[in-house]
Amino acid sequence: MKFTSKRLRRAMVGIGIAAVATIIVSGCSVTGASSNAGSAGGNSGTINALFMKQAGYSESDVDAIIKSFEKKYPKITVKPTFVAYEALHDKIVTSAPAGTYDVVHMDVIWPAEFASKGLITNVTKQFPASWKSSMLGGALSSAEYKGQYYGVPWGPSTKLFFYNKAMLAKVGATADDVKTWDGVLAVAKKLKDQGVVKYPLSWSWSQAEALICDYAVMLGAFGGQFTDSSGKLDVNNQAGVEALAWMRKTITDGLTDPASLTFLEDDTDKSMAAGKTAMELNWESTFRDLNDPSISKIVGDAAVSAPPAGPTGVNPGVNGSMALAIPTGSKHKTAAWTFIKYITSEAVQDKYVKSSMTNWKASYTQPTITQSNPEVFAAAGKAYDSMLSRPEVPDYNQVSQILQVDIQKALLGKLSPQAAMDDAVKQANALS
Amino acid sequence: MTVASAKEDLVSPPVKRRKKFDKQGRLAFWLLLPACVAVFGVIIYPMFRTLVVSLFQVDSALATVTPFVGLGNYLSVLSNSDFWASIGRTFYFTLVSTALELVLGLIVAGLLNAKLKWRWLFRTIVVIPWAIPTIVNAAMWKGIFNAQYGALNALLTQLGIIHSYQAWLGDPNLALNMVILADVWKTVPLVAFFLLAGLTSIPTELYEAAKLDRASWPRIFRSIVLPMLVPSISIVLVLRTVEAFKVFDIIYAMTRGGPIDSTSTVAYFAYETAFSDQNFGIGSAISYIITIFILALSAVYLRLLRRSDLSLL
Repeated sequence: MKFTSKRLRRAMVGIGIAAVATIIVSGCSVTGASSNAGSAGGNSGTINALFMKQAGYSESDVDAIIKSFEKKYPKITVKPTFVAYEALHDKIVTSAPAGTYDVVHMDVIWPAEFASKGLITNVTKQFPASWKSSMLGGALSSAEYKGQYYGVPWGPSTKLFFYNKAMLAKVGATADDVKTWDGVLAVAKKLKDQGVVKYPLSWSWSQAEALICDYAVMLGAFGGQFTDSSGKLDVNNQAGVEALAWMRKTITDGLTDPASLTFLEDDTDKSMAAGKTAMELNWESTFRDLNDPSISKIVGDAAVSAPPAGPTGVNPGVNGSMALAIPTGSKHKTAAWTFIKYITSEAVQDKYVKSSMTNWKASYTQPTITQSNPEVFAAAGKAYDSMLSRPEVPDYNQVSQILQVDIQKALLGKLSPQAAMDDAVKQANALS
Repeated sequence: MTVASAKEDLVSPPVKRRKKFDKQGRLAFWLLLPACVAVFGVIIYPMFRTLVVSLFQVDSALATVTPFVGLGNYLSVLSNSDFWASIGRTFYFTLVSTALELVLGLIVAGLLNAKLKWRWLFRTIVVIPWAIPTIVNAAMWKGIFNAQYGALNALLTQLGIIHSYQAWLGDPNLALNMVILADVWKTVPLVAFFLLAGLTSIPTELYEAAKLDRASWPRIFRSIVLPMLVPSISIVLVLRTVEAFKVFDIIYAMTRGGPIDSTSTVAYFAYETAFSDQNFGIGSAISYIITIFILALSAVYLRLLRRSDLSLL
């Protein structure tokens, strides 16, 4: 027995030493990253693609696109995975070392982080120069960082203003009455006072990126921007504070559903579809959902417009475009590029404009395409002319978290809007 | 065993015996190897790797430049007020949820121990919450607490207790308590079954003797049930405290730390730092600090409980 335990002990010590040695050998990088640079692979095989399951293209849209792609390129098989937007970023990060995915769906706020940290492939060389002029500028920024391209835009996106025509008609209001945020407030007050709906407004104000998107729209309407010319967060000025004070006021006046603080976009969408909300900000595909009889009680009552204007008369929406990128660890980069080129092509995007707008400028002047989703084309076309960007910095995620907490503190009345924004600016600018 | 081996010693020469043990030892080694590899692969290596990463500045999942910072990550965590706030919330969660689970678990265990008809059925039903996966439990309670169509709002307004629907998870003073409620609902059965095992092992003679002495029920509970249950309670306390301190999945699924970070526990904070902010060095340091907290908690518990004669630990 003694003999055995000695042997076992020796074996254990051996394993321990081997482990330490492994770490020391790979010691130059504790992540072991240099060993996983991925490879081009042939223009064939199976590629894994990670998509978002939320606004925009639906799961069945993507499945249909993949089917038609596989028919055209029979040597390539695409295996899609869908995750909620809230899980998408972390999924891309955690799968990076293993190189699980060959194509990932990327939000406009991530290129700076992913590119500077080496998580996605630089595709500037493959990116045709003509695309830079034939695609919408706002959409292009979802794939660009420091003049280099790290993916291909797959649909521009911005939050539009949705309202229930039938409810508004009950208080004698029309589209012209909700062209400004002041007008929205006045209509909301009438809706509440006349008992049409208990809370006329609902928003996606839970502690998440969705809150920053709504704040961005208000910030833009009050004439503000997130950063100053040197790239520092600059929201504790007049516009930044007034926008937040306006948001808070809709709560204290009882016009905003208090549940908004637990809502993501999907929840506001459902609330409006259930007839519990008269007006909301949401992404383009909301119009499709509000008119889908299987999930909506207000089919035919929904109307959509560009975001209302603020006191300065401007109404830039938030830039929420998305792109498709190739992770660094992919072993099928050639096949992945073939797929991305196909799925982002003008012909494919034009076919699904009910789900997601297209990033090809030419489509906006073709009546056959704009007629297939006229309301959203009319609203979005205007909104895309000017879109407000969230800070394009590598540590955006931390900046966003700071803003989320401070904005919520103001919304809940824990801090004054000025104090909240002062705190956010102080914290965010101390990061780097 | 001792008699047999002593006999063997007399009969067989020492060389042969050694050979036999050698053979057995080799077999044991090969039998144990898979388990060793598994334990090494999924426990020891990740822990070791995390320790190494916690000493470096790693700010990307694919970082190639990772400067050595020694204890710098630990110092920056310990000087971060957000970290201490999350520790405070974690202690609150741990304390309140464990206390509630213990009290409710004891009541349920008492009921399940009573001589009822259909007792087996009740015992089976009570287990159901524990059998539900945490993610499903979280989604279910999120639905119950929903501000627009949640069952809790409907119940309370129809009973006239509240007059308008509440956003239970939207109020920073309420949100963590609501998450605790969901956690307690799921975990009470586990606690109850641990305590039930303890209750059934109390000899009925003790109760009978106490009754003969005309002891009242509170007195019997205090002088017989509670002391005899100390071993079970001690196990449950250690187990639940450690589990509650690590709480992550129910937070991720119900509130994602909001509103205003009011449900961001230390494990969620570690996750966010490591994977959302890509500060893997600091995230690893936080995980080690969590481990130290849990070790300290367990040590205190074990020491306290060891003083009791009846404790198993």
